[in-house]
Amino acid sequence: MVTKTSAARAADRRGEQRRRFFVHLGLVGFGLIMLYPLLWMVSSSFKPTADIFSDPGLIPDTFVPGNYTEGWTALQFPFHHYIWNSLIVVAGSIAGNLLACSMAAYAFARLEFKGKRLFFSIMLMTIMLPIHVVIVPQYILFANLDWINTFYPLIVPKLLATDAFFIFLMVQFIRGLPRDLDEAARIDGCGHVRIFLRIVLPLSTPALATTAIFTFIWTWNDFFSQLIFLTDPEMYTVPIALRTFVDSQSQTSWGPLFAMSAIALGPIFGFFLAGQRYLVRGIATTGIK
Amino acid sequence: MTEATRERAEPREETLADPPETADRRLGRGRRRSNDNLAAYLFLAPWFVGLAFITVGPILASLYFSFTDYSLIGGADWVGLENYTRMLTDERLHTSLGVTFAYVFVSVPLQLAMALALAMLLDRGVRGLPIYRSVYYLPSLLGSSVAIAILWRRVFGADGLVNQLLAFFGIEGVGWVSHPDYALSTLIVLNVWTFGAPMVIFLAGLRQIPRMYYEAAAVDGASRLRRFFSVTVPLLTPIIFFNLVLQMISAFQTFTQAFVVSGGTGGPSDSTLFYTLYLYDTGFGSFDMGYASAMAWLLLVIIAGFTAVNFFASKYWVFYGD
Repeated sequence: MVTKTSAARAADRRGEQRRRFFVHLGLVGFGLIMLYPLLWMVSSSFKPTADIFSDPGLIPDTFVPGNYTEGWTALQFPFHHYIWNSLIVVAGSIAGNLLACSMAAYAFARLEFKGKRLFFSIMLMTIMLPIHVVIVPQYILFANLDWINTFYPLIVPKLLATDAFFIFLMVQFIRGLPRDLDEAARIDGCGHVRIFLRIVLPLSTPALATTAIFTFIWTWNDFFSQLIFLTDPEMYTVPIALRTFVDSQSQTSWGPLFAMSAIALGPIFGFFLAGQRYLVRGIATTGIK
Repeated sequence: MTEATRERAEPREETLADPPETADRRLGRGRRRSNDNLAAYLFLAPWFVGLAFITVGPILASLYFSFTDYSLIGGADWVGLENYTRMLTDERLHTSLGVTFAYVFVSVPLQLAMALALAMLLDRGVRGLPIYRSVYYLPSLLGSSVAIAILWRRVFGADGLVNQLLAFFGIEGVGWVSHPDYALSTLIVLNVWTFGAPMVIFLAGLRQIPRMYYEAAAVDGASRLRRFFSVTVPLLTPIIFFNLVLQMISAFQTFTQAFVVSGGTGGPSDSTLFYTLYLYDTGFGSFDMGYASAMAWLLLVIIAGFTAVNFFASKYWVFYGD
């Protein structure tokens, strides 16, 4: 019953090939539909604004690089001012997360201490804590410290390991490292600080890279906390500047607005290309986008 | 069989190559280990400070403020349950809850269905998998940014991309983002568009299902559809559950897209007034910190409640193979 003639088998193979072809066709088509808005945005950033309202195509009829220069200077400060502000916040957040989260992770993964189970479950619970629940008291605290319109409210919490998601990610990673190395180092008289700095951290590079990339993308995209803590235009970051742009603009400046939006997405796209390996591993490990 | 299925129940562990024997070591079993209390507390010092001032402290402070009338100027006046009774008659609050629930309960199932469908297609040993995976995943990274929200306003605007394409087919569209009946749908589409992250998790889960189950089912004459519902779905339920909890929690907190697409108003006519948007407006628009704190607590209770329901219900549909 299972035996088939060679002709039937060849027909099967052809059917299989045809099936594969259609699967690929479907996947490519679907991918194009998914990416079309993005491609259209980039293409539109080179179109005269009037064409954005009439031309759904991807190739600009008239090529206008002027949108970029116009958008760059359209707001109170030149756009690199906002990019610089964003970069300060991002750099501070990355440094904070790398340092504070890896320290906490080392304690959870390698040390035995009183209350470990309790603290570990508290840590897991704070991963899911919506920022909206704590934002009001945080605002009151930072207002009392006179930190509104500074970058401290955005950076200091990272130095205090409040992005518990990354603690969890690194705990998972450190647990997978062989303990023999630490034990050997301990026998040789190394203290925890040296074991952490010389052995655990260097071996954790992949987890640190995942942390750095995700922190970059999330902080660069973050809108809610920057909207609340930065109200002075001089302190605006890229997302807040874009938001002011979209609110203040008239129908005539969609070209420049698209140009600046494309610039805002650029770094994420760059990190995405460079760090795909870490990103995919990061979400497959922990399930967070 | 139990070996294989147990692995699947813990998707986090397997990817980072956590060998099973570390479980024993982790608990310190069979080793002479002294306590490292001092060192541990020093390593955790920043985290403890953060816990006190940035997370747990503010949660408790927020509970206190929810019983007060406080506008940042002057002190917080104790008003008892007034903020909570006010919620009962606050029409905008009810609207915002309705909008948020509609968004969560429509967009999350759609997003997960899409993620699962694509993961199934890609799991069949398609050549070029990493490329497809990356392309589908990209929107997940961009989806929460202001730039994408701006793009969405243009794509679904009255003379936006969608209507230009519809015009090709002679269909005249409406201004999707400015129409009270459709504005929320454009945000639902935006959330479905970011199906890539759950898809990657589904892919990791599908890879764990041993091929021999499918072969056995095929030998027994099960159709493709039958194999999907009788092999794939049951073995994938832990992952479906995981994605469901995660995406629901994050959907409840949606803010940026609604804020930017509606120009900060939650309009047209409050049709995109997400709960978080109303909370922001209450706290940082009218500086009614007491009521905003009460709203924050209600949000916490809602999210915790739905997560608890998910976990409770999971007993009846999630299959852990034991």
